[in-house]
Amino acid sequence: MIPEFEKFKGFKAKSMPKEEPLASGHRGCQGCGEVLALRMVMKALGKDVIVCSATGCMEIITSPYPHTAWNVPWIHIAFENAAAVASGVESARKVLKRKKKIPKKHVDILAVGGDGATGDIGLQWISGAMERGHDFLYVCLDNEAYMNTGVQRSGCTPYGAMTTTSPPGKKSFGQVTWKKNVPGIMVAHNIPYVATASPAYFLDLMNKVKKAALVKGPAYVHIFSPCPTGWGSAGERSIEFARLAVETKVFPLYEVIEGRYIMSRKIKKAKPVTEYFKGQRRFRHLDEAHIDYIQKRVDAEYEKLLRLSEMT
Amino acid sequence: MSKRVGIEVSIAISEAVGLARAEVIPAYPITPQTHIVEHLSEMVANGELDAEFVPVESEHAAMSCCCGAAAAGARVFTSSSSQGLSLMSEILYIPSTMRLPMVMVVANRALSAPISIWNDHQDIMVQRDIGWIQTFAENGQEAVDLTIHAFKVAENRNVSLPMIVNIDGFTLSHVIEPIELPDQEDVDKYLPPFKPRYKLDPRRPITMGPVGIPEVYTEAKVAHDKAIKNSKRYILKAWKEFEEVFGRKYEPVETYRTEDAEVLLVGMGSICETAMTAVDKMRDQGQKVGLLKIRLWRPFPAQEFRKAVGKTKILAVIDRCLPPGAVCGPVGAELRSMFYKIPGAPKIFSFVAGLGGRDVTVSRFEEIVDKARAFAKKRPRELYEVIGVREK
Repeated sequence: MIPEFEKFKGFKAKSMPKEEPLASGHRGCQGCGEVLALRMVMKALGKDVIVCSATGCMEIITSPYPHTAWNVPWIHIAFENAAAVASGVESARKVLKRKKKIPKKHVDILAVGGDGATGDIGLQWISGAMERGHDFLYVCLDNEAYMNTGVQRSGCTPYGAMTTTSPPGKKSFGQVTWKKNVPGIMVAHNIPYVATASPAYFLDLMNKVKKAALVKGPAYVHIFSPCPTGWGSAGERSIEFARLAVETKVFPLYEVIEGRYIMSRKIKKAKPVTEYFKGQRRFRHLDEAHIDYIQKRVDAEYEKLLRLSEMT
Repeated sequence: MSKRVGIEVSIAISEAVGLARAEVIPAYPITPQTHIVEHLSEMVANGELDAEFVPVESEHAAMSCCCGAAAAGARVFTSSSSQGLSLMSEILYIPSTMRLPMVMVVANRALSAPISIWNDHQDIMVQRDIGWIQTFAENGQEAVDLTIHAFKVAENRNVSLPMIVNIDGFTLSHVIEPIELPDQEDVDKYLPPFKPRYKLDPRRPITMGPVGIPEVYTEAKVAHDKAIKNSKRYILKAWKEFEEVFGRKYEPVETYRTEDAEVLLVGMGSICETAMTAVDKMRDQGQKVGLLKIRLWRPFPAQEFRKAVGKTKILAVIDRCLPPGAVCGPVGAELRSMFYKIPGAPKIFSFVAGLGGRDVTVSRFEEIVDKARAFAKKRPRELYEVIGVREK
C-alpha cells in the first residue's frame, strides 16, 4: 500500500474545508456538473496548489480578464498541453527548492482538462508526463463531448449519443463508437494512482482527489461531469444523472492503486440504462435494438471491471 | 581567466547555457540541434549543472514545458530546429505575449518537403511574427556570446520576453572552431540570478493566461508590440555591458568595408563569413562593394540599418528562404517596405540562395553583385531571383 495514505482519514460532511480556492461568481451554465466537480476538487486540494488548465469550459468561465474566479495560482497556455505545462511547473519547483530559492513546503500541482483535452487532443502530452513520472495529478472533467465549442463528439462521447458531429439521421443513430477507456490508458502507464469519481458521491470524489495529490508521482482522476447544455437535460437534475450513471453501471466508480483495481461501489441491483437515458435529449432518438445493445455492453464492461478487481 | 579552446559550436553553446546556470531544460532531439541538448543532459547527469533536464515527448511539449517552468520562476532554455520548431509553432506565440522570459537556440534547417536536414532559414522565417526577440549568429564565438546575452535581455524586467538565438545548422552547429569560453565568475557578474516580477506561487496567487475578450485583446497585443520595440535599448545596453565584461563588441547591424560602397550585400548568419571573403576579393579588383550583416532581426533595427546603408545606392539582399508565391524573400520584403518612399532610398534587389544546405560560394556573391548592378541599370522582370538553380 501507499504510505502517504495512512495518515489520511478522509473528508467528513461535518468538517468540510471552508476555503474556496475556486470562487463563486464565475460564468458557468446553470446546473453545470463540471464546475461543481471542479469546486469539490479544489476544496479537497486547498490553497497550496498550482493549477494548470487546458483550454475549455472551465478555463473560459473562470478567467475572462479582468475577472478571475481563482484564489490560487492558475495558468492556462493552450488546449492540449496542460500536462506538459504542469511538467514544467513541477520541474521548476524541484530545482528552485534544491537551490533554496523557494520554500521547501509541498505544493500540489494540478493539471485539469475536459474529455477532449484529455482523451483526444492531449493524450500524447499526458502520456509523456505520466511516463516521465512528474509528481502531479491530472483531473479529467468528462462531460462526454466538446461542449465549449458547441457539443461536438469526442472519443469519450458514449455510444449512440447525439452531438452536433454525431447526429442521428437516416443512415446513422448518433455516436457509432464506444466510449474510450481513458482511465484504462492511464493504468497502462503503471502510475501509482488512478480513480474514477462522480460529483454525486462528493466525499468519495474529494477523497480520491486528495489521495491523488498525496501519492508521490503522477496520479489521474477521471470525473463524470453532467452537462445540461450539451446533454439536453434539466439543470437541476445534473447530480441525479451523475448518480444514475453509477447506479446503472454506465460509469462505474473504482480506484486502481499500484495496478490493483478496487471497486468503490459495487452495484448489486443495477437500474436499467433507460432510467439514466430518460430526460437526456442526446439519447432520445435511440430505438430498442440500440438500447438493448448498450445494456448488454454496459453489463459486460462492468463484469470486466469486477473480474479485474478480483484478479488484482 | 577565460580560455580559448577548439570546440564544436554546439558543445560550446551548451557550455554557455551551463555558465548561464539554466535551471530547467525541456528538450526533444532533432538534427542538427542534437549535440546541444545531448551535452546539456550530460552536464546535468554529471552534476556539473544543477538543472532539471526534461526529456519531453515532442517539441510542442518542450515549449509547453518551458512555459510552465518560466511561469514558476525558473531560468529556462531549450533548443530546436526545422520541423520541430514548426511543431512548436502553436505555443511560440503564447510566452511572448504572456511575457515569459526564456532562451531558445534554433539550429536553422530547411523545412520539408522534400525532407532535408541541411541548413537554410525557412524554419525561422515561418516563425518571424511570434513576437520573440531574435538574433542571428555568424560564427561559433557569436553563438556563445549571443546565448549568454539572450538570458540577460530576456530576463530584464523592462523586457520580459522570450528570445531566440539563430545559428546555422551544421555550418555552425557541427563545426569545431577556436572559441573563447568565458569565466564562470564573469558570467555571474554579467548575469544575475533570474528574479521574475510575477510567478506561480501559492503565497501570492495570480491568474496567468486568462481569456482576452474583444475589449482587452487589442490592448494586450499592443502592449506586446510596445514591449518588443522598447526592448531594443536594453538589447543594446546588454551588448555594451557585454563588451565591458568580456571585451567583445556587438551591434544590431554590422558593416564590413561599406565605406564609399556602390553595392552592399545584405545577409544574415554564417554566409556572412564567405561574403566577407567575396567582398575582399571584389575590393582587390577595384569594385566598391561592402557587406551589411543583420544580427538583430526582431525587433528590426530600422534606424541602425538606414544609417549603415548610408549613401549606397544598391542593396543586394540575400534570403535563405523561398516563400512560394510571395513578392520576394522575407528579408527583401522587410527592407523594401522599410525604404518605401524614403528620399534617397537605395534600389533593393532580392536574391534567394543557399536553400537546403546548398553552399553559397564566393563566386555566387560575385554573381549576385554583378546582377544587382545590371538590375540597377535595367529593371528586372521578377522581384527576386533564385541563385544557383541547376539547369539540368
